[in-house]
Amino acid sequence: MHFAFTEEQAMIAETARAFFAENATSERTRKAMAGQGIDRALWQAFCQELGLSGIAIPEELGGAGLGMVEFAIVAEAAGAQVAAIPLLGHAMAARAIAAGGTAAQQAEWLPAMLGGEVIAACSGSNSVAATGDTLTGSFQFVPHGALAQVFVLRAGAGLWIVRADAPGVSITGHTTMDQTRPLATVTLDAAQGEALADSAAALQAAHEAGWICAAAEALGGAQACLDRTVDYAKERVQFGRPIGSFQAYKHRLADMMIEIEQARSAVYWAACAVDEQSDEAGIALHAAKSFAADTMFMCAGNMIQLHGGIGFTWEHDAHLYFKRARALQTMLGSGNAHREQVATMILGEAA
Amino acid sequence: MKLGFSPAEEAFRAECADWLQAQMAGPFKDIKGISKLTASPERRKEWEQHLGEHRWSCIGWPVEWGGRGASLAEQVIFAEEYARAGVPGRVNHIGIELAGPTILTFGTEEQKQRFLPDIAAGRTIFCQGFSEPGAGSDLASVRTKGRLENGEWVVNGQKIWTSLAHISDWIFVVTRTEEGSKGPKGLTFLMMPIDQPGIEIRGITQINGDAEFNETFFTDARCPADSLIGGVGDGWKIAMGLLAFERGVSTLGQQMAFRNELDEIIAAARANGAAKDPLIRQRIAKAEIGLRLMRYGALRMLSNTDHSKIDGAALTYKIQWATWRRGLGELAMDVLGQAGEVAAGDEYEWDTLPNLFLYSRADTIYGGTNQIQRNLIAERGLGMPREPRGDV
Repeated sequence: MHFAFTEEQAMIAETARAFFAENATSERTRKAMAGQGIDRALWQAFCQELGLSGIAIPEELGGAGLGMVEFAIVAEAAGAQVAAIPLLGHAMAARAIAAGGTAAQQAEWLPAMLGGEVIAACSGSNSVAATGDTLTGSFQFVPHGALAQVFVLRAGAGLWIVRADAPGVSITGHTTMDQTRPLATVTLDAAQGEALADSAAALQAAHEAGWICAAAEALGGAQACLDRTVDYAKERVQFGRPIGSFQAYKHRLADMMIEIEQARSAVYWAACAVDEQSDEAGIALHAAKSFAADTMFMCAGNMIQLHGGIGFTWEHDAHLYFKRARALQTMLGSGNAHREQVATMILGEAA
Repeated sequence: MKLGFSPAEEAFRAECADWLQAQMAGPFKDIKGISKLTASPERRKEWEQHLGEHRWSCIGWPVEWGGRGASLAEQVIFAEEYARAGVPGRVNHIGIELAGPTILTFGTEEQKQRFLPDIAAGRTIFCQGFSEPGAGSDLASVRTKGRLENGEWVVNGQKIWTSLAHISDWIFVVTRTEEGSKGPKGLTFLMMPIDQPGIEIRGITQINGDAEFNETFFTDARCPADSLIGGVGDGWKIAMGLLAFERGVSTLGQQMAFRNELDEIIAAARANGAAKDPLIRQRIAKAEIGLRLMRYGALRMLSNTDHSKIDGAALTYKIQWATWRRGLGELAMDVLGQAGEVAAGDEYEWDTLPNLFLYSRADTIYGGTNQIQRNLIAERGLGMPREPRGDV
């Protein structure tokens, strides 16, 4: 038992932090927001120069062969800058194919995805009908769906790889509150999918990657909200004192830190539990997703309030965090839904 | 980063669990599951001695002082198995977790010889004399006076909230030994035997009807000149060092007691149907998640070896558990309904859950109130300006 980063993990954290701090600047993110919701150059650099796009993918499949802890470290750093990159769908799709795809599927898709040449998105539906490998129905709210060349889609209990340019696939991008991760509707009309060989393993891998990605992004985002507000509290003077000297202000900052420290424990507990195949992995994932997203929302809301009027302006970055936080709370299962899963584990079914 | 324990550590876990469970099934059956700190004091002193005899009293201490030199992981395991076996809390926890480590760190060789073997063996029970009626959150405004007279310290004043003083043998007292000094300067840390005419103890009845805390009066109370830890005037430094020990491995044992409380709430909710209420389910799930995060927060804090930076997990730990437990008490009452407001017998005595509801109001006060904690977090953790000091 040693619940602290190894030297290698600390190094990855520093590398990822520096990369996103330097490249995922507010200016570049805003340019992405005004466009398609992606900083393509950033994603290319992340995949090719930094080479972190396959961090939790086995080495024999072209990844770095590390685990969810290292992936969480990277997602935390991306979240701290609300980077406009398709990391979530990428991680879910790549991990699903790595865990449940055939050798041919892995060879066809993983190198292109890890190299950043192909953008993947991921979604699920219980109402899409599958007849053999022919799929009909709609997938809603697909993150970065309008930019993807390939989808990994769950219909009921099965998972399929579907090409965006396959006949019968139509994609509608939506103006989305969080402009750093726009949502799309993907409609399939007798579109051909290619079934993943082991859908159960693929689904589990996708869930793990998705929940940890969301939770770790939220952790990074929450910490950034606190850090930026702390800086403001020191420089802004009212009534002849820095506003950070007022106890009502200090205590709100302290409350943010209290939640963030717990979110940090949650994210790395879940990541470790998955890596170590602990029987706590299930509860840890539900805890991490719900707790971290709520933490980021609390911190982003406080960030606006504690900045006063400037925090409500488009010009200030507070709204980027606030909107990202709101999106993270809902996507991949709401906090209430995850907590109900925890309740079911300890209390049995509700009715 | 690794959460799992090694096979050797798991074997140690089995050894701890076997021994503890055997004691609770056999010779100490009568004290199993007691949650109140004040219940069965004599039997619990025997339990302290029994732990000492079998070297389970303070396993993290060096072997030469009655410990086992246990690793951090082993201490974590022992603390968890201790509570899991239903063993009641340590009546000498102040001795084991605060006085002992303080003497180990700051004491002279002679003081180590004099105190440590007896603490380890459960023969010396310690209590803590910090707070005063006028020195609560503002701990440095201590007024209890100490003066050297004919080779002895003579102490006059009053301490308050001295937990378990009525069953203790020794008390450590922060006294003002420099006439006219103010705040943290001029304080000295003294160890005093309690059984003497100059010390009088009066219980304080709390809102739950119990009396764990006391007022302790010093009227020309005495101890030998060499009873001080550190030097004259070092009292604040020693007291602050001691308070840092409080965030040690024992927190994991405390968490296992919380585990038992939450399990009792879960059982009650299942029995009376509250477990079907979606709002109760959300709150139980939140409590469960909060408890798990407390464990992993504590493991982060204990695994941290880089003391050059502020440890956020450690700094936020007190307010986190205190607030969580206060919420647990409220959840318990919402699960129990009015059944929680009726005592089992004629006495004003409460079962675990109603008692938790009442007692947990103390958690957010003692050891630094939630408001003081937030000041500390904002000032030490986030670099905010310090609260202005008055000069009253």
